[in-house]
Amino acid sequence: MLSKRIIPCLDIKDGKTVKGIQFENIMDVGDPVELGKYYADQGADELVFLDITATNENRKTFAELVARIARHVNIPFTVGGGISSKEDVSVLLNSGADKVSVNTAAVKQPELINELAAAFGDQCIVLAIDTKFNGKDWLVHLNGGRIPTTIRTIDWATEATKRGAGEILLTSMNNDGTKNGFALDITRQVSETVTVPVIASGGAGSMQHFVDVFTLGKADAALAASIFHYKEIEIRELKKYLRTNGIFIRN
Amino acid sequence: MKVAIVKYNAGNVRSVIFALDRIGIEPVLTDDIRVLNSADKVIFPGVGEAGSTMKYFREKGLDKAILALKQPVLGICLGMQLLCRHSEEGDTDCLGIFDLKVKRFPEKKEGEVPLKIPQMGWNTIHGLKSKLFERIPENTFMYFIHSYYAELGKDTIATTDYKLPYSSALQKDNFYAVQFHPEKSGTDGGKILENFIKL
Repeated sequence: MLSKRIIPCLDIKDGKTVKGIQFENIMDVGDPVELGKYYADQGADELVFLDITATNENRKTFAELVARIARHVNIPFTVGGGISSKEDVSVLLNSGADKVSVNTAAVKQPELINELAAAFGDQCIVLAIDTKFNGKDWLVHLNGGRIPTTIRTIDWATEATKRGAGEILLTSMNNDGTKNGFALDITRQVSETVTVPVIASGGAGSMQHFVDVFTLGKADAALAASIFHYKEIEIRELKKYLRTNGIFIRN
Repeated sequence: MKVAIVKYNAGNVRSVIFALDRIGIEPVLTDDIRVLNSADKVIFPGVGEAGSTMKYFREKGLDKAILALKQPVLGICLGMQLLCRHSEEGDTDCLGIFDLKVKRFPEKKEGEVPLKIPQMGWNTIHGLKSKLFERIPENTFMYFIHSYYAELGKDTIATTDYKLPYSSALQKDNFYAVQFHPEKSGTDGGKILENFIKL
């Protein structure tokens, strides 16, 4: 049986993990490679590295970092942040990334998904959606959630998978940072509608939240950042808890 | 120990090179048939599409070259599927080392718990019977990412269940093949690569 996946997300700025991450026994807490290895050893199933600066000048630094991660980390990882062309994707995959995530550029230019899937295979194209509930609908937001659109999340997820997205990374802006749990309703809706795997993101605060997102939210994977970085939840403990609660998870 | 990786237009081979590097092997990446022939081990990786890859192989003469290899060969993911007889992906005739069909996972039926395609993530391997799996216990997790699968057959040396049981590894004579990605499957995946190098 396929197991559910636990995915720590690391934000990268100028080739370093952003500040505020507290770890012992890691020589350089700012080094994404060291941190990635640490999480892999702890039992993380995949990793996501997001280039939060994502300017042209930083592209090369990020690609070099991706190559270092690929050399030293022995589990799959996705990279994202400001990806807007076939060339961007080509550089990152050739550097050793397993998957790339596209977000704003794909909304502005949906054919990009077709182009990327045809060139590199749909299995490595992750569509990231930032979504927010306006009281009536869950709408797609752009530029890190700052700019609203009128596109319904479920419509965009459906269209994007038809165009060739191989996985959906769904972040609820309402839940992100709250530690009150994942957005179970929209996660479940998307997961039951599309035929590709769905990674739930935003709102993880307790181990029970992960149980809920896998059972009630029907997610295939769950992503979190701060609760892992600040060691509020340790991945080993989380996996033990999930197993105890009947979730099939990798040991 | 000379390890050659088959170079072709599809697929990210960097991960395989890095994984070998982690176990102290420096492979050569080549589509030169003489170099492939003279290697001690040949790895045939793959992420990509079956039809276009087979077409490229035929143009380059790599199809016949791979079939003629006498040393241990390891096909990975698409590399495994291309060693089978036929793939539904692009209705493609493949190399035919393994007399098996490669089929697409069935789409979900109405009212059924959705079976996601591609299968993406960690699944277990069981029914292990090969030197490839030395030090690997039954039901070890490996990383999979694929939409097509090889049926079960007499050459099956590992089975995985995703809605239905299928071949997650095959072996016939000097040809070995795995559907999962040992290069991405943590330390257990690394052991499988080591076992292959030691064959």
